[in-house]
Amino acid sequence: MKLQPANAEAGPSLRQETTSVVLAGVGGQGILLASEIVARAAMIAGLDVKTNEVHGMAQRGGSVVAQIRFGAEVFSPLVARGTARVLGALERIEALRQSDLLAPDGLAVVSSQMIVPVTVSSGQASYPADAEARLRSAFPRLIYLDAVDIAEQLGNRRAANLVVLGAMAAALGLPDESWREAIRGSIKPRHLDVNLRAFAAGREAG
Amino acid sequence: MKELLSGNEAIARGAYEAGVAVATGYPGTPSTEILETLVRFKGDVYCEWSPNEKVAFEVAAGASLSGARAIVTMKHVGLNVAADPLMTLAYTGTVGGLVAVVADDPGMHSSQNEQDTRHFARFGKVPMLEPSDSREAKEMVVLGLEISEEFQTPVILRSSTRVSHSRSLVTLSSRAVSQRPLGFEKNPARFVSVPQFARGMRVRLEERLARLSEAANRSSANRIERRGRKLGIVTSGIAYQYVREVFPEASVLKLGWVYPFPNALIREFAAAVDEILIVEELDDILEQHVLALGIPCQGKSVVPRIGELSPDVLLASRAKLDGKTIPAEARTASTTEIGDLPGRPPVLCAGCPHRGIYHALNKCNVVVTGDIGCYSLGALPPLSRMDTLLCMGAGVTMAHGMDKAGEPRRVVGILGDSTFFHSGITGLLDIAYNRGASTIIVVDNRTTAMTGHQPHPGTGRTLMGDPSPRVSIEDVGRACGINNVVTIDPYDLKNTVSVLKRAIASDEPWLVVSRAPCLLDVRQTLGSPLHVDEAACRECGACLKLGCPALECGGGIPRVNPLLCAGCGLCNQVCPAGAFEVEKEVAS
Repeated sequence: MKLQPANAEAGPSLRQETTSVVLAGVGGQGILLASEIVARAAMIAGLDVKTNEVHGMAQRGGSVVAQIRFGAEVFSPLVARGTARVLGALERIEALRQSDLLAPDGLAVVSSQMIVPVTVSSGQASYPADAEARLRSAFPRLIYLDAVDIAEQLGNRRAANLVVLGAMAAALGLPDESWREAIRGSIKPRHLDVNLRAFAAGREAG
Repeated sequence: MKELLSGNEAIARGAYEAGVAVATGYPGTPSTEILETLVRFKGDVYCEWSPNEKVAFEVAAGASLSGARAIVTMKHVGLNVAADPLMTLAYTGTVGGLVAVVADDPGMHSSQNEQDTRHFARFGKVPMLEPSDSREAKEMVVLGLEISEEFQTPVILRSSTRVSHSRSLVTLSSRAVSQRPLGFEKNPARFVSVPQFARGMRVRLEERLARLSEAANRSSANRIERRGRKLGIVTSGIAYQYVREVFPEASVLKLGWVYPFPNALIREFAAAVDEILIVEELDDILEQHVLALGIPCQGKSVVPRIGELSPDVLLASRAKLDGKTIPAEARTASTTEIGDLPGRPPVLCAGCPHRGIYHALNKCNVVVTGDIGCYSLGALPPLSRMDTLLCMGAGVTMAHGMDKAGEPRRVVGILGDSTFFHSGITGLLDIAYNRGASTIIVVDNRTTAMTGHQPHPGTGRTLMGDPSPRVSIEDVGRACGINNVVTIDPYDLKNTVSVLKRAIASDEPWLVVSRAPCLLDVRQTLGSPLHVDEAACRECGACLKLGCPALECGGGIPRVNPLLCAGCGLCNQVCPAGAFEVEKEVAS
């Protein structure tokens, strides 16, 4: 898949040779681990890679976003709006929150979890009842799945992040062996098997 | 061998490879992981969390004067605390290399302000290096130590959130062995800054600055990248990476050694391009200097001075420069899809011991002067029970100031255990000495929680994992002259409210130590998850005022998320119907 360059007549645009990936979720869902796996897979494939993540709040229930960029030579670790090739999310509204980073023809992989923020529970805001419809409207190319359910059936609901990664993999164009080696390098041996199976299940769903 | 390292890991690696012998600091986002990484080499490098940044800086200064290489790490506001030793160490100078790693937080992801540490380089007349990725972060620690030794000056390495917390590829090397003999050499004219010696140091400081400027012109840390002639961009740090994305055709003067300014290089660059744009994050330090050199340039007229830069921000700057607009197709989702999403700010964790204190304070008509740590989150709804936040230690001292001003309501100061050791003790001393009447609550969760659970003098354990004396906050309070010292369990709401009411009503100062460990740190829960007896629930919403993330409610009867609930039972203590039940008892 090739990204379409933005209309040069309308104004400035970015270099487009670098592949950008965005991962979104809530603290504790394994977003940072998933980010590490993507970055390692790109590194193993011989590419330059940069990642960015916001620390500190990951265990405090806040939104968590990780960005990974890889290619021949990567400059910015931050993804510009409208340029990510793939967005992976483990929570519905966190996917919507990052939606403007995705390229117009980019792929969104969203797990159907709904995690109610305290702002909603305490009555300051409401969780959109039409979240799924919004996802379908915001993302023309959407893989919508229950990654937690798939992971749970495989034996560990915490491997939901690997299910989402698996569903993203085909669109990222990295070799299978790089993914496997990256997963092996990032997951403790006793959890490796279920995570490899979760990744494979995600690939099939994608 | 290449590895994918964060900027902070790379800085630690650079310190290890450069033969650093002493590394000190105080935790602060985004700098914390530097020492946490470096301590893996504790067989080679002595590492410590000092009580605060001033202490850390001075310990590193002592190591340097004994001839060892040293680094000290902190976040930007930490350098305010350490400014005193910095300003005069610039006079006395260093022996072994000393690099102060200071991490700025443009955009205030995790900070109370957005100050630009580059001002400190000029203010203190010390050189500053600014890496733009992890590879440079590692290399510049080594370069900084070399500059420090050659010119006998402390060096500041300025990182930022996006440098410290981005990962990129770094080639690893082995550790260099120091050739410098250890041993302090007596030299009062150099190391004793009494006025008659300091005047000589003052002259040498300016001479050194001139030599540093010359060296900056020749340094490989500064380079001209020649591309087009039409536009030349002067930039440094992470902004360089964004420039390469957004202005691929522009020539670039990439500054890594950012102070003192390499004037000859700036002039050479300016002569070879038609227009100059300065792209710098935060203040217009470079721009003002380039203008002062008599070189016309643009900068803050198109690049924002508030918040962090990004490719998107620079795309807008570029559009402004070209008189064009951002292409509409860059945005994929409409505001109807994302415009009204509920926020998901950080919150006190389920089972957090701070929650009970704020709930109890909401039963008292007081002003609460707050401080910096996880408990700062108590300022946000629905708890909304912290009224001020200034800097570390000010939770204590501002309470005293309000009290002495005649504030009509009673004033309660609140701060954490690590913050108490950082800069709460002198404030407490002030309250006792000057006959104040404030109530000071130390929410002692036995760790430095917000930055990721670092030990401190109250924990009985050092960064290197050694046991150490466990300093008692209560004993320190009594030693300061506070006569009313009481320890409470914040999960016992009834007793907490009663103790606080008694302390607040008193005409004497009180120190209330609220002690319960951070559950994330001890990796425990307090009991089995609760659940709501739907028949008993009156839907009054009292439990939701606790702001517990385990309590989910979109209207009607709340639900306990069993994956998050830590079993603290606070919800049942505030529930008028006692509608929360424990699923099953577990032996604790």
